[in-house]
Amino acid sequence: MGMTVAEKILARACGRDAVKAGDVVEPKVDLAMSHENAALVINQFLEIYQGTTLKPNIWDPTRISIIFDHRVPAESPKTASNQKKVREFVLSQGIGKFHDIRGDVGGICHQILPENGYVRPGTVVVGTDSHTTSHGALGAFAFGIGATEMASVWALGTALNVEVPATIKVVVKGKFKKFVGPKDLILRLIGRLTAQGANFKAIEFHGPTIRSMPTSGRLVICNMSVEAGATAGIVPADKETLRYLRYEAGVKGKIDLVVPDKDAVYDQTIEIDVSKLDPQIACPHTVDNVKPIKDVTGTKIHQVVIGSCTNGRLDDLAVAASLLKGKKVAGNVRMLVFPASGRIYAQALAKGYVGTLMSAGAVVMNPGCGPCLGVHEGALGDGETALSTTNRNFKGRMGNPNSQVFLSSPAVAAASAIRGVIADPRKGAK
Amino acid sequence: MATVVLKLGDDISTDVIYPGRYMATVLPTETPQFAFADLTEFNNKLKSKQVPSGSVIVGGNNFGCGSSREQAVSTLKGHQLIIVARGFARIFLQNGINLGLQTVTCPDLEASEGDELEITENEVLNKNTGKRFAVIPLPRARQAIIDAGGLIAYTRKLLLERTGSA
Repeated sequence: MGMTVAEKILARACGRDAVKAGDVVEPKVDLAMSHENAALVINQFLEIYQGTTLKPNIWDPTRISIIFDHRVPAESPKTASNQKKVREFVLSQGIGKFHDIRGDVGGICHQILPENGYVRPGTVVVGTDSHTTSHGALGAFAFGIGATEMASVWALGTALNVEVPATIKVVVKGKFKKFVGPKDLILRLIGRLTAQGANFKAIEFHGPTIRSMPTSGRLVICNMSVEAGATAGIVPADKETLRYLRYEAGVKGKIDLVVPDKDAVYDQTIEIDVSKLDPQIACPHTVDNVKPIKDVTGTKIHQVVIGSCTNGRLDDLAVAASLLKGKKVAGNVRMLVFPASGRIYAQALAKGYVGTLMSAGAVVMNPGCGPCLGVHEGALGDGETALSTTNRNFKGRMGNPNSQVFLSSPAVAAASAIRGVIADPRKGAK
Repeated sequence: MATVVLKLGDDISTDVIYPGRYMATVLPTETPQFAFADLTEFNNKLKSKQVPSGSVIVGGNNFGCGSSREQAVSTLKGHQLIIVARGFARIFLQNGINLGLQTVTCPDLEASEGDELEITENEVLNKNTGKRFAVIPLPRARQAIIDAGGLIAYTRKLLLERTGSA
């Protein structure tokens, strides 16, 4: 019986010829990523060793990556002290893939891992962040875990009791209309599957639209696969994966493209034609409350956010700059832009996007998670509404339970910033 | 006594259980104060110890969806609450098992606030309505973590076995 990408990767990671959905396995971990919550992982890791004579040494410090992004620079003494504790631990354990708060090599974990070539096709990646699903964009099996589970990975080098997920095959065809793209596709899919439609399952993306989609777009759809509950979102590795890894991430050496067997068994197959797809909006307060833009056009907004691990990449900033060039952000709207990494920030500066956005009235912030999860900056006032290119709109997500968040693509966000209401970018901002 | 002290709907996110703005607080000893911080009345009851240990929160489908933040589990565990839901999001369920939060998957559950539940391995009896609802048991592999007393103890045991120190 043929295997899906998830099954192939997990079989290989536990040294077996084959596994099938429902099997419980203990795969070797190729890369284990944490952000600020490494502070809790360290706490749990040290506890594992209590009462033993073993030294608390990480199984393989070269396979650990720690990236500060959730609260950068620190907003409080508590966060600063946690970051300090992590820094000291990184030094004491010799952890190599550490990205501190820096303008050159810093950024959001789900951009830092790909752009540095840390993620390879066919590998097992775990992260103490639910959006670790992002890395399936490079053909890896990547999933989110809790801090205690990460502590266990640090000790053993394996993930315990992983259930091999059944896989939903999503086949995408058609060419996107202008100002419609990967974000609209994944919002449409989440609306169709619902927030729990892929719970305990993997999503594998296929079809000509995916094959011609750049890695930046694949990162968007895999990133948000978790919003349908998916354990992992995976684009089987191909020529584009190779191009990205060689030329953008600077990877040398062997890259193994793991693709599914022709007779792989899928839980279900969903076909989507994007040629008629309109911009999609996730409405408050769940990500699966998805509507075509015409249903919400004209909704008054107070804050526009462009950035995050979902849509803070160079092509996202490019489309925003193209729409805002020579225009102004509406007077009663705050527009916050946060590039996904220092590298992207520098590229956007060189291409003039940052200047364009600032001239239009946007505030361009440092790379990081920024306002997305309401822990750090850019909180909403009572009764306010945000339109954001981030990935979640749960009640209270942007720091205030008495506010609401709509989710969209960067094109919709930029067009709406100009008008002060949710607006269709295809209708030309005047 | 397993009294239902709070009934919630579908898709209760980790942002509702443990709002992001308290994420700088990480230690299980400190997180309980922020449980359901934005449901002010319930949060106050928890903090003033008006909710006895072993009380039940009833959830709908996809309880604990969203973030992988473990605080969403340790905050409930700290109050010794039991979560009975029609379904759980994957990471929340796994975190619950790892930290020893009692989670019960009961797809057809019908219960209201104030109801008394009798929870066994195979079913939930609602004493107020007399109705019984089947429970979906955990896979055996996960039960091993619970039996060991949580993932820290389980990992310690494996580590000692594998390094030959046991």
